[in-house]
This record gives sequence, C-alpha cells and structure tokens, in this order.
Amino acid sequence: MADLIQAKPVVAGRAKGKALVSREPLSLWGGYDQETGEIIDRRHSLSGQVAAGRVLVLPYSRGSSTTTAVLLEALRAGTAPAAILTMAEDAFFALAGIVAEEMYGSGIPILAVDRAAFERLETGQWIEIDADGTIRIDA
Amino acid sequence: MLDGVQGPADQLAMRIVSRMASVVGAERLMDITGAHIDSSLYMGEATLEFAEKLSDLGAQVKVPTTLNVSGVDEAGWQEWEVPAIWAKKARQQMIAYEGMGCTPTWTCAPYQLELRPEFGQQVAWGESSAIVFANSVLGARTERYPDLLDICAAITGRVPEVGLHLTPNRAAQVHLQLEDIPRELQEHDSFYPVLGYLLGGIAGDRVACISGFEIEPNEDQLKALGAAAASSGTVALFHIPGVTPEAPSLEAAFQGREPEEQIKLSMDRLRSARSELTTAPGTELDMVVLGSPHFSLAEFESLAPMLKGASKHPKVQFLITTSRAMAALAERAGLLDPIRDFGGRITLDTCILTTPMLPEKIRSLMTNSAKYAYYSPGLLNVSVAYGGMAECVNSAARGKIVQENGIWQI
Repeated sequence: MADLIQAKPVVAGRAKGKALVSREPLSLWGGYDQETGEIIDRRHSLSGQVAAGRVLVLPYSRGSSTTTAVLLEALRAGTAPAAILTMAEDAFFALAGIVAEEMYGSGIPILAVDRAAFERLETGQWIEIDADGTIRIDA
Repeated sequence: MLDGVQGPADQLAMRIVSRMASVVGAERLMDITGAHIDSSLYMGEATLEFAEKLSDLGAQVKVPTTLNVSGVDEAGWQEWEVPAIWAKKARQQMIAYEGMGCTPTWTCAPYQLELRPEFGQQVAWGESSAIVFANSVLGARTERYPDLLDICAAITGRVPEVGLHLTPNRAAQVHLQLEDIPRELQEHDSFYPVLGYLLGGIAGDRVACISGFEIEPNEDQLKALGAAAASSGTVALFHIPGVTPEAPSLEAAFQGREPEEQIKLSMDRLRSARSELTTAPGTELDMVVLGSPHFSLAEFESLAPMLKGASKHPKVQFLITTSRAMAALAERAGLLDPIRDFGGRITLDTCILTTPMLPEKIRSLMTNSAKYAYYSPGLLNVSVAYGGMAECVNSAARGKIVQENGIWQI
C-alpha cells in the first residue's frame, strides 16, 4: 500500500528514488564527497553510504556554510541526491537548488515535511515526489 | 534591482536573495552595512562558474566586504602538493571576487583585523566559525549565510529580515551550567575547543547560554569555543553572562524568558567529549597543525616561547595556518623566526581542509583545533589527535602523539 505525505516544496520539482534517512543533521562540507556522493562524516550514522541518486532525508543541515557549495558542485557533477527532504525549510539546501536553477536551468527538489511525516520515512522506502509537494511512499 | 535597471549582476543577485527570502519566510528585506564572503573558496567547477558569471555580469559589492579563506595559498602553494591546475582555478576564483570590490583579506578570522563590525551592526557573514564569533563576541548581527548567498547579499546590500538579525531571536534557549570545573582548567587553552564541541552537540541550532565561569575567557578562547560548536552543531550565537556583550546578566541572556532546557556540564562529560575529538588509534604522528580558525597575533605570542631551544622531530611536519595580516604582524614582532628555527612552516590564505596541500603519506595529524579535529577524518582521510598548544609542540618535538591528562584529571 502506498502512503501519501504532503510536503512543502521549498524548491519544487519531481524526483524518485530510494530513501536514505538519518535522524542526525549533516554538514555536506566534510560530510559529502562531491565526486562520488558518499557520506564521509566518519562520526555520522550514514558514514559510508552513497547518497547520489537517493532521496536524502535529514532533520537539517549542520555546521559549515560551505554545505551549499558542496551541493552545487554535486549537482553539476551528477553526484547529488535525487531530492532532499528536511524537517523544516533548510535554507542551505534550498539555496543550492535555487542557484543550480539559475546557473544550469535545473536543480533538485528540496522539500520540508512535518515531524510526524519525517518519522514515517525510513531508509529503503521507494519515494516519488511530485511538483506540488506530494510524496508517495512505497515500502 | 529585480527589474534589471541596475544591471544584470544586481538582478541575478537580487533574484537569489528574494527567492531565499520566501524560503525563510521573510516579509521584507533589510539593509546590511558589511559582509564576509565564504563563497570565495574554490570547491570545483561550479563555484568558479558562479563567481565568474557574477564577475562577467559586472557585479560590484555595495558594502565593505572581506573575503574568507581561498582554495590556495597564493604565494606558497608550490611548496606543497597542490596540483597546478587546482592552484590556477582557485586563483581565478580569487581574482573574480577581488574584482567585485571585496578586500583581499583571505581569512576565516576577519574579526582579528582592525576593521571589524561593531556592536549591533547588521552584517551578512559566511563561514560558520566567523558567524558565531561576530554574533556572540562582537554583538554584531548576522544570520548563518551559506556560500553563494553571502556574495548576493554583498552585491545587493540587502538580506531577508529574519533570524538573528532580530532581537527576539537572539535570546538564549538552552542553558549549560559548568559544574565544578576547576579554575585551572578554565584558564587552559585546551578547555575551550572541548567545551565548544560538547556545546554543538547539545545545542544543535539553538542559541545557548553558558554559565559558571570563574574567569573571563579571552578572544582566542571564545574563538575556539565558537568554531568547535559550529562544527559539531550549528551554533551561531552563544551568551556567557558577564562576558559576551548581549549578556550583562543571566536574565539578559534569556531576555527574561525561561530556558527550554538546562544541562549541567560535569568534568565527566567534558572528559568524554575530549576523548571523542581524538580518533588516532595509537601514538603514530606525521604532522602537527595549528590555526583553525586562523592563528592570531596573541597565539603567535603564546607559541614562540614554547618553541625556544627545541626543534621538531625530523619525521613530523609542523604547520601554522594564518592570514596575511597576522603573519605580517607576527613577522614584525619577531614571532615567525622561532617557528622557522623549530622547523615549522606557515601557510597563508587557506587551510589544510580547503586546499589539497598535504602529501599522501600524512596519515595522522595532531591539532589544538576542534574544527580541524572534527573535519579532518572525513575531508583528508586521516586520523587525528587533539591536544592543547603545548601538547602539540611537545608531540612535534618528540615525534609521537603525547597527550597530557594532568589538567583534565582534577
């Protein structure tokens, strides 16, 4: 049975992919290899996982202000997640999506979900995101 | 600006600022009087293309603007392993930002320069460690500006009116109380990175108040505290009653509100945070690095006497990362010769995390910086050991990691 969630599209777009979920915030600088899409923060629960092409679900972005630049580089290199879902509007991720649209004509969807929805998301679920922010989850 | 009357660069920058204003729910934009740009850091093709696009469109900053670290030590990169193509592109990105009218400060610690924001001044700063210093120690007001937005703010002179620009959002939410932390440890430089690392984990993205100090920490200690808290967490503002300018009292730090959470920090907790900063499995040591955030003149003054008559072990490298301005002051004060005599080197404009300078054979680092300790394992694929400045110097001289637990065992 598919489960539907209504998210707020912070940067609207369509995407689908397997969820990669952490309840811990992440800095992409020092945390995301822009050449491979691997999570490289060795103190983070997703360390070693590859987020390229996945729907990355995090509470918010932590730490460095270079997170946005890393995401923009990954978007250009094709190693970015398919979409990013956070628990509230995350300005750092949103900005990379916006600048990618301005520079290259396309970014990735960045969406905000509420806590209840956030807690229903689990690694491995198949996720489809629509431009209006509707998220379809298949276990 | 949005209509393009002021030119295409202003139009692009304003479109990005306006779209971000709607993301963060700002009702209006406000003026800023200064900016500090982290976008200047070369991260690859995209950051360079963004810089050159703005520059080609004729962008000029509207407010006094300083530049964060770059991707290369402009004068000294050839002494290290930096690929020539990287140096060339990072240099191109430096030129693009300098051409937009930014001051070539090239430092993550712009608050060590003469011209720094004053209390209450509204600014747009990038660089997490600089943001927390500007807000907490100077009492200037900045949101956490991500790379790419900081420069758009400087070009337009405008930012979304939200977050830490506004007084009510500057009240502390979480209260950390130092509990029976010996004065001797509070005076020690190795205390602040550890406290900051712990603070980041507890506070997350909340405004914190720390009480229970018996001493008044100096600026370098507060710098280390903030940089650590902005690495392990997202701390952009902390208050210390009686020390930081917005907190003449505990009540003022909370703006009269009740704390959301109160946490006592015991020696046990601090000791375990200290040990988390070290990932090195043994005592093997390849390199000692000091200076994240960039070394200050006062730190050069503390370091020089520790190096007297000693020299580093031949198999260990010893490096200080700092700014052009601090290095020039230190040189004039005769504080760089002791470093050279010890066998140490100095890198300007950048740091080990932001330029690919380290030889492949460097596998184990020691540092007095929680920021270096936090990020090096992921970014450089090395193990790290954490220690105060004296422990770092001692380890460099002995050629192995030597951590002194004495002051932490009281």
